[in-house]
Amino acid sequence: MIPFDLYWLPENEGFNKDLKAAAQQRGTADEVLTRFRDLATCRLDFLKTAKLDRTFQTIWADMADTDIAARRIRIGILSSCTVDHLIPAIRVGALRRGLVAECYVAPYSMYHQEVIDPSSGLRKFEPDVVLMNLDSQSVLSALPFTSSAQEVEDTISVRVDEIAGLWNVIQNDIGAVVLQQAVLDRSQPLFGNFEARVPASPTRMIQQFNWQLSNRAGEAKALWLDIERWARQVGMKNLSDSRLWHQAKQEISPIQSPLYGDLVARQLAAVRGLSKKCLVLDLDNTVWGGVIGDDGLDGIVLGQGNPLGEAFSAFQDYAKALSRRGIILAVASKNDDAVAKNAFENHPEMTLQLSDIAAFEANWFDKPASLQRIAKDLNIGIDSLVFFDDNPMERALVRETLPEVAVPEVPLAAEDYVACLADAGYFETVGFTSDDTKRTEQYVANRQRNEIQSRAADLDSFLNDLQMELIVGSFDKTNLSRIVQLINKTNQFNLTTRRYTEAEVLDLMKDDTVETFHVRLKDRFGDNGIIAIVIAQHKAEGNDAVLDVDTWLMSCRVLGRKVEEAVLNLLADAASRRGARAIRGHYVPSSRNGMVREHYAKLGFEQVKADAMNETAPTEWELPVAGYEPRFTNLFEKVFTDGTS
Amino acid sequence: MEQAEVYAALQDIFRDIFDDDDIELEASTSAANIPEWDSFNHVNIIVASEMKFGIKFLAAELDDLKNVGDFVALVQKKQNGG
Repeated sequence: MIPFDLYWLPENEGFNKDLKAAAQQRGTADEVLTRFRDLATCRLDFLKTAKLDRTFQTIWADMADTDIAARRIRIGILSSCTVDHLIPAIRVGALRRGLVAECYVAPYSMYHQEVIDPSSGLRKFEPDVVLMNLDSQSVLSALPFTSSAQEVEDTISVRVDEIAGLWNVIQNDIGAVVLQQAVLDRSQPLFGNFEARVPASPTRMIQQFNWQLSNRAGEAKALWLDIERWARQVGMKNLSDSRLWHQAKQEISPIQSPLYGDLVARQLAAVRGLSKKCLVLDLDNTVWGGVIGDDGLDGIVLGQGNPLGEAFSAFQDYAKALSRRGIILAVASKNDDAVAKNAFENHPEMTLQLSDIAAFEANWFDKPASLQRIAKDLNIGIDSLVFFDDNPMERALVRETLPEVAVPEVPLAAEDYVACLADAGYFETVGFTSDDTKRTEQYVANRQRNEIQSRAADLDSFLNDLQMELIVGSFDKTNLSRIVQLINKTNQFNLTTRRYTEAEVLDLMKDDTVETFHVRLKDRFGDNGIIAIVIAQHKAEGNDAVLDVDTWLMSCRVLGRKVEEAVLNLLADAASRRGARAIRGHYVPSSRNGMVREHYAKLGFEQVKADAMNETAPTEWELPVAGYEPRFTNLFEKVFTDGTS
Repeated sequence: MEQAEVYAALQDIFRDIFDDDDIELEASTSAANIPEWDSFNHVNIIVASEMKFGIKFLAAELDDLKNVGDFVALVQKKQNGG
């Protein structure tokens, strides 16, 4: 029996059969990746994980040339111990999220050289992410127990500085995201409980090291893999087998490799903007005990005075807190709308309020239909949803009809709901800004806008009534985190899907030939936050000059508000000020951005490059600057953040 | 477990690890017979067996094993509380 496995994933009794069938099938990259994503999305042990990985590698070897840039992620692993046994699980974790992970494992314990040496294997590999896994014995040497707290802190600081130095090289010279694994504390205490009072004791030193290192990771924008927390969850003896350490320098037991692989893969997915964005909750026996339609307000079990009620309250509290950190909440329930809303409005123990719910679907249609409505209303991909429902039949139906929706196996006991959602790790992130905390407000305000819009007599009067205000500026330090976040996670309204690290964005900001814009939209309902990001470069071509748009991405929430035209006005202005002949735009098709295929056409650009035979080829467009008239200027009050207008 | 059951379960494990449905285990089978049976896969066999049979091997016990027959005997001994 495995003490702790991927229990939120459903069992697949027919896995071996399905895998054999998959081994014989081929298809397009999308078909193959979808097939293997589905195979990976079940409760696999380490043997099945290894088999799945092997089968996929065989099939993928034939498809090595396939252009799937956005789905490929290269991870270089630097370690002071043995990690080869964990690689298949990382690849399977990635497959579970629709990614093909290519892994490079640096020669054992050569991590320093691999980073510094310009001709190292790591450099040649050109990783997107570098995972650093240092074991406690290699990273800290013992100090005399009588050492003072200051001496210990200083010793640790030196090591932390060294490692941060490596991060710097990885981020700036190699251009990869750093994923730093916490040091696993495999030490045994010498002082028993008194260990905490001896700064130079082994356990205390590792704790302090992880503390300093994780703080430093925050400053350096390195990602953190909190393996120590998982040691607590799983039990150190289960996560790490000392026998295997002595035998093969394996820190993490092969039995727990599926969990480890999933943890790493979550981070890879977060880097690619693939974390889930929205939690859709069922109501009956999910956020309260009982069935509201039958039991009524007085009969449902929620809140004080009842252990089961407290469990449901705790789950509501957790969901509410998730919305505070930027996860969108929605409801999909088979109930009368008025009856369901009545519970929110009138039950005294409800922590969740209607104002916390960005999309509320209580009806008698099937849940897949409700989920699709929710995705459409919120303007997010169906693959951004997590669906939490206590009913196994509802879960099975959604898994079958909408396999891109994450559907955890909900535990039988309500008191286990919070842990299940947390353990499944759907909402990993690579950043957190104040815009995140306002996300629910923004979506609720958007719902209000949509309601007004559907009632508006005509679009023009609606847009005028919105009293829109655009605040425009070039990229600046204040907004940098949010800008980088948007560049890396916007998928649908993204003309070229170019991803840039923070270091790369800072370089663009220093480049005189590059125009950068971030656009914030306010209207009478509130602040929409940053809704457009543009990066364009002035290019000289012989006697000619063009303003070449490298990146143009927008939030889907503001479609149809003429913001596209307002951004075009900005570009035309920038182009004419530098004497450019034309604005040049590019569309690079991806599996997610079909909606902007005709973006430049709609704005009046002429297509100058297209491959009639190949629908997946990038297209190029041009709009002459001479004779350009700014559009829809009456709709927007424009303010520049650098004081000009 | 009866000896035949242990052999059958172990055979499943070997077939999984080596991705070869044709593997047939005998008492004399050893690393010499299976080319991919290296130290890496050896760890996997041990760990998978512990998982399957619900037992835990001591480092010392694993040192003396020369072939599958020895291993099966050890598994049975541990299942009987030895």
